[in-house]
Parts: sequence; C-alpha cells; structure tokens
Amino acid sequence: MARIGVFVCWCGENIARTVDVVKVAEAMKSIQGVIVSLDYKYMCSDPGQKIIKEAIVNERLTGVVVALCSPLMHEKTFRTAAKEAGLNPFLLEVANIREHCSWVHEDKNEGTKKAIEITRSVVERVKQNHELQNITVPITNRALVIGGGIAGIQAALDIANGGHQVVMVERTPSIGGHMAGLSETFPTLDCSQCILTPRMVEVARHPNIKLYTYSEVESVHGFVGNFKVKIRKKARSVDINVCTGCGICQEKCPQKKIPSEFECGTGFRKAIYIPFPQAVPNKPVIDREHCTYFTKGKCKLCEKVCGPKAIRYDQVDEYVEEDVGAIVVATGYEVITSEKFPEYGAGRFKDVINGLQFERLASASGPTEGRIVRPSDGKEPETIVFIACAGSRDPAKGIPYCSKICCMYTAKHAMLYRHKIHHGKAYVFYMDIRSAGKGYDEFVRRAIEQDGALYVRGRVSRIYEKTVNGQKKLIVKGADTILNKAMEIEADMVVLATAVTPSPGAAQLAQKVGTPYNEYEFFSEAHPKLRPVESNTAGVFLAGSAQSPKDIPESVSDASAAASKVQILFSKKELERDPYVSVVNTDKCFGCFSCEAVCPYRAITREEIKNRKGEVVRMVAQINKGLCQGCGGCISICRAKACDLIGYTDEQIWAQIHSYPADPIDPTEENGHE
Amino acid sequence: MNNTTNNKKENFEPRIIAFVCQWCTYTGADLAGTSRIQYAPNVRIIKLPCTGRIDVHFILKAFEQGADGVIVSGCHPGDCHYTSGNYYARRRFEMFKKMMGFLGIDDKRLQFAWVSAAEGRKWGTLVDEVTNNVRALGPFEDYKSLKIFQAE
Repeated sequence: MARIGVFVCWCGENIARTVDVVKVAEAMKSIQGVIVSLDYKYMCSDPGQKIIKEAIVNERLTGVVVALCSPLMHEKTFRTAAKEAGLNPFLLEVANIREHCSWVHEDKNEGTKKAIEITRSVVERVKQNHELQNITVPITNRALVIGGGIAGIQAALDIANGGHQVVMVERTPSIGGHMAGLSETFPTLDCSQCILTPRMVEVARHPNIKLYTYSEVESVHGFVGNFKVKIRKKARSVDINVCTGCGICQEKCPQKKIPSEFECGTGFRKAIYIPFPQAVPNKPVIDREHCTYFTKGKCKLCEKVCGPKAIRYDQVDEYVEEDVGAIVVATGYEVITSEKFPEYGAGRFKDVINGLQFERLASASGPTEGRIVRPSDGKEPETIVFIACAGSRDPAKGIPYCSKICCMYTAKHAMLYRHKIHHGKAYVFYMDIRSAGKGYDEFVRRAIEQDGALYVRGRVSRIYEKTVNGQKKLIVKGADTILNKAMEIEADMVVLATAVTPSPGAAQLAQKVGTPYNEYEFFSEAHPKLRPVESNTAGVFLAGSAQSPKDIPESVSDASAAASKVQILFSKKELERDPYVSVVNTDKCFGCFSCEAVCPYRAITREEIKNRKGEVVRMVAQINKGLCQGCGGCISICRAKACDLIGYTDEQIWAQIHSYPADPIDPTEENGHE
Repeated sequence: MNNTTNNKKENFEPRIIAFVCQWCTYTGADLAGTSRIQYAPNVRIIKLPCTGRIDVHFILKAFEQGADGVIVSGCHPGDCHYTSGNYYARRRFEMFKKMMGFLGIDDKRLQFAWVSAAEGRKWGTLVDEVTNNVRALGPFEDYKSLKIFQAE
C-alpha cells in the first residue's frame, strides 16, 4: 500500500499569491494513499527539507511529491534530501506549480484548481514509481586516437601524460599530418617542422602510447568506457622491428618517378620509401601499386641490399583488436585539387598550384629546398597571383562554408614569396579578409604594408595560357570591385587557396564509430557552443579539422580540450548515470527489430533465445544500458509493446492521464476529488 | 443528449492535455513561467523525455479520459536532443491525424507543434490558440456517449 507524502511550497509569494496552497495541500489529503500533506513557506530551505525528511522517517513514506518550482530547478535538491532520509531518490517527484501554474495565471481560483490537478497527477504517477539505482558502467582507462596529425598528437600526448594508455591509429606510413609538410606557420613564421617533429618523436617514445601507423580502424563496437576496436595493419612489406631505417633500399629502388604524397605532387618518391626524412616511425613501406616486383614479378633489389633482412614481400594485412574506453577522432582535412576548377585550367596548367603545394615549394625541406620556382620550367616567378576562396564560400562548387585558414596562409604565402623574391609582384585576390585571431590581423597588415603584397578585392573569372615575348604566361582575368574595373595580370604562377574538405573516408569512419556528421562529412559536435569537442555518441570526442576547418592553434586547443574530456571520463573507475533507459520484455518481443532501426545510439543488440537443446528458437532485442540514452523512441515504434522506458513507463504516463478526469475539480468545493 | 451538450457549451472550458519533451517544450513552458507570460489555464502538461517517446495510445487515452484537445510539442527539426526523435514523432502524428477521422475524433483537436526552450512566448500563444480552437469545437463527448465507457 502506498504511503505518499505531499509537500506544497509557498515559494514566499511566488506560488501563494495566485495559488491557494493551503487548499492544494488539503485537497491532496483525500487522495487514496496520501498519508501526509502539508504546506510550508520555503520548502527548499533547510527547515523545509527537514520537514520532508522527518515525514519520510516518521510516516514510513513510500513516495513523496513536492509541489513547487520546476524540476529543473530543485529536483536534485529534494531527491538528495529523500536519499538522506533513507528513501530511494527516484520515489520523489516534483509537481511544477510555479513555472507552469502560479506564474502564468492571474486568477487565483483557476490557479488553485490547476495546481491541485497538477499535484494530483504527480501523486498518481509516484504510486507507479519504482526504486531505481543509478546505472554504473565500468570504464577501460585507455583511449584511442584516430589520426596522427597535430590534433591527434596533442590529444595523445595530453592523455598519455595524464597517466593513461593511448592507442594511436594513423592511416599513412608516418604521423605528422599536414603540419609536417608546411613551411612556416602564421602568425609567427616559425618553422612548422621545428615545432612539430619533437612532438612526433615524443609520441613514438612515450611509454603510454601504442602507435599503429599505416593502419586503419576497421570496426568499432561497444559503448562509452567499453569500446572494442578492430584495427587493420596494412601490409608494409617491411618488418619494422627488424628494419633499422638506414634507407639503402630507398636509395637503390629503381622506381623513381612516383609522385610523392608528402610533396603534394611537387616531388617524387621511390616505390619503397620513407615518406619524409623526419617520419615517425622512420621506416620504409613498399607501395605495391608501383613496385616492380609486385607489378612485374621481378626486381627484389631492396631485399638484396637490405642489411638486416627486413623486407617481407609476403606480408599480409594484419588485424588487431584493442579495448578502449574513449575515442578521439582527429582525422583532419584535405584540400580540393585544382582539377575542380575548369575556369582556372582544371589541372592542365602546371603553374597553377594549390596552397599545400606552395607550402612544399617554400619549405626548406621541400623538393626545391625552399626556392620558389615554377613547376613547369623551374624559373623564379616574377609575378605571382594568389586566389583566396578557391571553392570556399561558393555554393556552385558545393562548398558554401568558409575554409577559415586560407586568408591567413595566403597572406603568409605572399609574405614568404616577397621575402624570397624581393623584386617579384604578389597579387592576392580576395573576397573578404577574415583574420580574426591573436596577432592575425596585424600579420595580414604586415603582408600588405611591409611586404608589399598587392591585395585586390574581387574574384578571378578565368585563367589561360599565352606566350608573351617568347615566355609562357598565365593570363589572370579578374575584377577589382573596389576600383570597379576589370583586371588582367600576366602571371608566372598562380596559387589557389582551395577549399578545405574533410579527410576522405570521414563519413565511413563516422558510421563505424556511430557518430553523426554533417552534409559536408565533417563530424558533428554534440553542441556547437557548450559541447564543442564532444560528439553525440558518449565517449567519442572530436579534435581539429575533422569537425570543421581549423588552424593549428585551434586544433591544438581542441585536442587538449578533448584530452581533458577523456581524462574526466577516466577519472572514475565506473561511470554513473541516470537509470532512465529502455528495457525489453523478451517474452513479448518477437524480433521485428524496428527498434534497432530507430535507435540513434545503436543500443539495440540481437539476442538468441535457445531451447534446452541449445537450438536457437528466436531472436529478440536487447538494450545495452551503457549506450541507451533513454529517448524512448524504441517504445513507440514497438509493435509488441515489449519495450518500456524506466522512469517514464507506460503505467506512469497512464496514471497521469487518468488523473485528469472528465469533470474538473472545483477548489471551492470541499474534497473536490471524486 | 443534445440539450445537455448545448447547455454545457455555454460555459464550456476545454481540457487540454499536452505531451511535451523535457528538453525543449517543457523548458520553454518553464521560460513562459519565469517571463510571467499569461496564458489559458486549461492545459495540463505531461513531461516525457522526447516526442519520439509519445505513443499514439497516450493521445487516445487522453481523449478517452475526457480531454477535449491534445497538444504534442517537442524540439524543432534538427534540434532533437536525441538527434531524430522529433522526426519519428512528426511522421507518426501525420499518420495518426489521418486516422483520427476514422476514430471519430475531429483532427483539429490534436495540435502538433515545435516549441524550443527559448520560445516561452510561443508556448503561451500555442496554448491560447488551441484552447480557443477547441472551445469553438465544443466538448468532446463522443466517447463518453459510448456504452462501453458509460458502464465504467
């Protein structure tokens, strides 16, 4: 038999002014099961809470209703009080008679009537409540970082330095990402490799970091604190435990003309290669698509010259499984190639390059050792044109968003060019200059004012080749929208600041991890302002450009934020959360799995029901309490009515509906309840 | 019976049950409170985690129990705390509206709405509108006249 206590709050005048709280408390007494019902001026005060606690103990209450402000305000306060008095906190419910009643109605009669009905409905609900315990989920204190660019490196180091194990998976043969290929970085012009490579080495050396390069995430199962990740280690054809990284194989390899990924096509590499001199791990990999042995069946030169005998032609992809508790997605970005721009030559003109290629030309470790020259003939360009917003903010190219980093790196490019070729002319076509950031606008101003970059506000409509005085030139046709005149520049070289897009395969990875992404395939954050580095999937965090175009400082702060989120998660042995999750009555479930289709959290698993002989009789749905967030979508879709949501059960809702009877209570009548 | 209905209609105050999600509309209704926005007192709110949790049985039950109108309100498209619950709800209630005629309920008695946590004003307006609309329709008594319910 239920023993319910009802406690009605005056909230000073806030409730009592338009609701006759005495009458509300009085009306509750007539409800079956209500043992005690009283009112008090400030229920949330210490004496108020004491009244409730004493009643719980003295009257041996099995349920409590507090009629006062919104549950968002004080539910926790009163549930804690109930717990202190020895009552399961989930047996206490709040009737909202302030925000939903006294504050929105002036008529005291109507307000009182409504307050009575609201409180009564919650009393009926509480009768259907059950004792609940918060769910605890064990946590594996080990993180997976996907992507070994600057964001991934920073996240991995932060987590590892926090004392937790980290597994890092990088798709390419070396970590470092795009940053390893950059020349100098804005706004300080410090050398990118100088600041990055020590970090790369730290990752490789860190006792808490397990590094998988040339590997990809194959599948992710499980839930927050308990992910099982399958990783595919692609066949390197080199045993990196044996290889010393001497580089003789690379030297001797006869395949010389393979465009280097690291050089963004501005340089070449061999078929067996270390991507760049500072690569981590500094071990080669055989590109089977181009290797003479793999394509023609003959050669094996690398095997012959390899001192430690590390070449393994018969190596196959290897699968490993890792248990982790959290995942940081730091898959980074790619830029679109000039092939996307028929108006700018669509990749036909060798001297129309993109920003990343220019970085390699300007880099001291690049194919030209830092000399800025035309890819077509190796001559220094006398006139260079930079085009910002090549693809970005252009719905016609399918990229309406701003790529964010281009304004700054274009200014840097113009600056670097002018530093190296003093007599050269550097034009920059721009739509707007977006240089928000510490020291950023000053940097752009410096490019214009000190280094004499010629900024032209307007867009370039067309680029074509023309021989002028026996020299091949690129004719850049554009407009200066400030002077309102057409422009035609005879350029030697053009650099397109092409749009930033997510790393290829981002969407597939998001599907494996089970986290949402937007229409451009950038990973979606749980909340753009308040949860910027968390994904909607518990235990999955985001860092860097996987989420949207970001520069280095932003990627790093993102990564540290994500790492801190991971460490917050790892600070406890067990994860505690609300018990509001779905449950399946397996007797009723007939296995249509409609719930599986609607569940946004992949919390539904299929379970076999076996007979005594061990034969599978049928399949039923089961809900993973760790993954379920308690939305209840599975319940309303369930044809068998086999699902229910703890804390919001059908019985509880029905009890509330039932308590709103056909004939409303008139508070002026005594014992208005029927 | 017609006479009694007409008599009742004169000072008829509709009973509206609102099924709302806890993230957007419930909080929106809280905001209406903190902003002291006055609206018709006819509504009774039932809080659920998400509009996707709202079973059409709840609505039928509400009408059966004497509600004259029902509001279902949740987060705007794209804002669902659970990413997609409101889309499933929208589809479900579009279907259900079509079925209401068959069930003998005027579909104007059910209002589906989006009210965000920031739209206290919209919540007040919604309640006022639905109250006025349902008042114009008169009390919902078709189920009460059924023998099966009279027997109870």
